[in-house]
Amino acid sequence: MRRAERNNFGACAAAARKDFLMKRIYVNEEWCLGCHLCEYECMYANSGLDAMFKLKGRLGEFIPRIKVEGEDGADVHFAVNCRQCSDPVCVKSCIAGALSKDEGGIVRIDKNKCVGCYTCVLVCPYGAIMPAPDGKAAQKCALCTDNMMGEPNCVKNCPNNAIVFEER
Amino acid sequence: MKDMFIPAEYEVVRNPDLCIACRVCERQCANEVHKFDSDLGKMIADSTKCVNCHRCVCMCPTHALKIVKSDDTYKLNGNWPMRTMNEVYRQAATGGVLLSSMGNPTENPIYFSKILLNASQVTNPPIDPLREPMETAVYLGKKDVEIKRDARGMLVDNLPPQLKLTTPIMFSAMSYGSISYNAHESLARAAEELGIYYNTGEGGLHSDFYKYGKNTIVQVASGRFGVHEQYLKTAAAIEIKMGQGAKPGIGGHLPGMKISDDVSKTRMIPKGVDAISPAPHHDIYSIEDLRQLIYSLKEATAYTKPVIVKVAAVHNVAAIASGIARSGADIIAIDGYRGGTGAAPTRIRDNVGIPIELALAQVDERLRQEGIRDNVSVVVGGSIHSSADVVKAIALGADACYIATAAVLALGCHLCRSCHSGKCNWGIATQRPDLVKRLNPDVGKQRLVNLVHAWTHEIQEMMGGMGINSIEALRGNRLMLRGVGLNETELRILGIKHAGE
Repeated sequence: MRRAERNNFGACAAAARKDFLMKRIYVNEEWCLGCHLCEYECMYANSGLDAMFKLKGRLGEFIPRIKVEGEDGADVHFAVNCRQCSDPVCVKSCIAGALSKDEGGIVRIDKNKCVGCYTCVLVCPYGAIMPAPDGKAAQKCALCTDNMMGEPNCVKNCPNNAIVFEER
Repeated sequence: MKDMFIPAEYEVVRNPDLCIACRVCERQCANEVHKFDSDLGKMIADSTKCVNCHRCVCMCPTHALKIVKSDDTYKLNGNWPMRTMNEVYRQAATGGVLLSSMGNPTENPIYFSKILLNASQVTNPPIDPLREPMETAVYLGKKDVEIKRDARGMLVDNLPPQLKLTTPIMFSAMSYGSISYNAHESLARAAEELGIYYNTGEGGLHSDFYKYGKNTIVQVASGRFGVHEQYLKTAAAIEIKMGQGAKPGIGGHLPGMKISDDVSKTRMIPKGVDAISPAPHHDIYSIEDLRQLIYSLKEATAYTKPVIVKVAAVHNVAAIASGIARSGADIIAIDGYRGGTGAAPTRIRDNVGIPIELALAQVDERLRQEGIRDNVSVVVGGSIHSSADVVKAIALGADACYIATAAVLALGCHLCRSCHSGKCNWGIATQRPDLVKRLNPDVGKQRLVNLVHAWTHEIQEMMGGMGINSIEALRGNRLMLRGVGLNETELRILGIKHAGE
């Protein structure tokens, strides 16, 4: 049954969390509808705009930090964003020292230091770091601590409780 | 040849200033109303396919959508409204029986809303339910036992099996097949958490849900789908379905499209083949026959479970209830003509049966007159809209209420009344895996629990206002009720006085 299918990310994160307990964003793929709302909520959260509809005509200017895997009509969908790994390869790989794991466990990117070499983009096993829209630096999810949302906006607006923010 | 075009009843209206073309509406609509048009570079909608389920409106992140009643109209005619004309056109094109879902939507009177409740003032002070205990628990079952004592003078417990409800509300029958796995799981888990019962309907019990048996009422209907020994033994009670409020006098028809692998296994019927329940039970043509089935079921379960007999509210319901009360049934469930369904012929749904308020008043009155009210508990359903309806039903003589439409509303249903299409966008009345997934039972369960908790609080408030601290003391207490805008006949049938009397 569907019930028996377990979340791969849960298993990976479990392996990674050995030394770091923190609230992370997880996706229960059983309940992910592939509606892509999280992508738009992410773009809005990080756009600095005060209303979502102001994204109208400007979608090309933003790139979501969460991506839904699975084509429309596929049996399985799941949203992927930064796992905030306990031992992040992106941090190790950064040639400019722009990536770091802060005391709260969040892997952050310092845009002023980033040289845009995209090594992190290449090494991230989840594909959760991507070039920022301006093309000059990389961008990644920082659990909405780097914007005005106060809590992860994808979690808050998921219509089926598929994206959750919890300690596992 | 092309069929005559029938204009859409509702129109999808998109505010172009708000739409960001995220295509969520397109992905969420199983009826394929919305589409991103790459030629025009914007979202477009085909309203003729829209069933007005409001899924897109609810999901739109910028609230750019609304659905309005179309103002397209035929030449206005008081005798031939547009809907009636369209039904003729539809039948002329297909030659088929019109199908509908959910309850009768016609504008007949809703008697519950014409009944008002009493409250205590000065002489018999109201009770504050936040400060004083307020008992909402009820026990359903036969209570007509003689008090017996053993040789030592101790009371002998000879009470037939009872169902204990923490609040006088149960989820009424909705079969697995007509509703989804996740909808069933939501109901089962909510019933368990609330200390009430849900009802399998006639579609059998999925093997995953046997663990909720203590809160399950299993149904035995004319099709006998999924009925076997373990099914009966797992349940807390067994319900014999003689009729359904939405379609009294006819059986059921679950389209083959909804008979998935799991549904076929649970119902013990072939996959993809229409599941047809006969109109009558072919072994029941009298109260004596009914008695035989009741005792067969009791025998099969060693007299440990109450047996419910469910009938639709029809013209002579009081006499039928009297027969049932003498047949050995422990509980009578009466389903009013507003009750919901996953599919029924439109003409039957909209024209057969009577309002539950009148049926209930007459059944309670008749059973009292005949001195057999304690033989049975009475449960009513068929559009219980709110906690106020529950209180009024109990004051009219019910022991508890069945809710189903309100329960599916809690799960997201917007009463688009298209269950029979099998394409429920809310994941309730469908078996399509991509749609079923839309109802996360963790969310569904919590919303059902919230609803019943909210109603229970309100029931306690209303009881407190009347100065009643136990729901048992309200049952059949028609002095707590007054009618407004009802004529002499209606008041006589309801057994209540007019407001001001």
